[in-house]
This record gives sequence, structure tokens and C-alpha cells, in this order.
Amino acid sequence: MKNRLKVLRAENDFTQADLAIKLEVSRQTVNAIEKGKFDPSLPLAFKISKLFQLPIEEIFREE
Amino acid sequence: MKNQDWNTQIKKNTKNLAFWSLSWTLSMALATFGPMYIWENNNALTLIGVILNALLGVGVIFANIRQLNGLDDLQKKIQLEAMGIALGVGIVGGLSFNLLDTTNLIPQDAEISQLVILIGLTYLVSIFIGQKRYK
Repeated sequence: MKNRLKVLRAENDFTQADLAIKLEVSRQTVNAIEKGKFDPSLPLAFKISKLFQLPIEEIFREE
Repeated sequence: MKNQDWNTQIKKNTKNLAFWSLSWTLSMALATFGPMYIWENNNALTLIGVILNALLGVGVIFANIRQLNGLDDLQKKIQLEAMGIALGVGIVGGLSFNLLDTTNLIPQDAEISQLVILIGLTYLVSIFIGQKRYK
């Protein structure tokens, strides 16, 4: 699955650590999602969606 | 603030698990060496030692569950993969080693401690690889 997390993070001027704080996950997890190494669970995807106020499908899409 | 709470909770859970694991290990040593060096084969004290060890073992299990539940998605995935590999290697390796023993292809007996060491080392290596993979 591909995602726009890195772009959205940059647009909002967040560091990976900032985003990790807001999502209540480790920075390693944010990094792994951004690099496409790890797909988040549905609850975490909803958290990301809520944080950036975007529908999930505008953040994540199938490859 | 939220994440600090989350981090604090993870640290607390890890310390809790370390406490229970250490207590359990010490009680295992007490139950093993107590009859030999401290209370000289007093069966009642040995039974108390074994029961204490089992009760602390239950504590370790619950502390482990709490620690796992406190982790985030990726950390849980790394743990799950490591546990799956350790369990698989433990069962396959343990049974193969047992076969070598029962068919007398090896001179020594297959000991449970050797299986525990195999599972422990496999788990540690798997965690290390998992951390590297998702770095």
C-alpha cells in the first residue's frame, strides 16, 4: 500500500517525532509507514485520517 | 503529552515485566537449589518453593500480556513475528533433538533447558532482525 504520509507531514511542518506524539506510536512506526514497509491497522489509519482531516482513501491507496 | 503518557506506560509495563521475570527466575533458583543447599530435602519447603515459582510464573504471563498490549502496531508485529519464529524453531528443533535422543543418535539426553535456551536465543535474534527490518 502506498501513502502520502510524508507529504502531509511536511505540509503540516511536523517532524516524525511530532507525528509519533500525535498518533501515540513510536517514531520507528511513523518512519516504517512512510517508507511503505508497514501498513497501519485500521484504528491507526483512522487516527491519521482524523489528524489530517482527510478521508483514509486520500492518504492510503493500493499499489 | 499524550505520547509522553504512552511512552511512560510502555516503560512502566517493561519494568513491571522485568520485575516479575526476575522474581520468577530467582524463585526458580530457590526451588532448584534450596532442597540441596538450604533446607536439605524438606519436602514441605520444596513444595512451597515450587508453588511460589508457579504463582510468580502466572505473574510473568500477565505482565507479558500487559506489556504486549501496550505496544504500538509495528512493535506488536515485530513481537508476533519473533514469537512465531521462536515457537516454530522450538517445536521443530526440540522434537528433532528429542528424536536424536530417543533413537540414540546422540550420546547425551535431550534436556528441557536446552530447548528453553534455543527458544530464547531464537526470539532474541528474531527481535533484532525485526527491529533492523523496519528501521
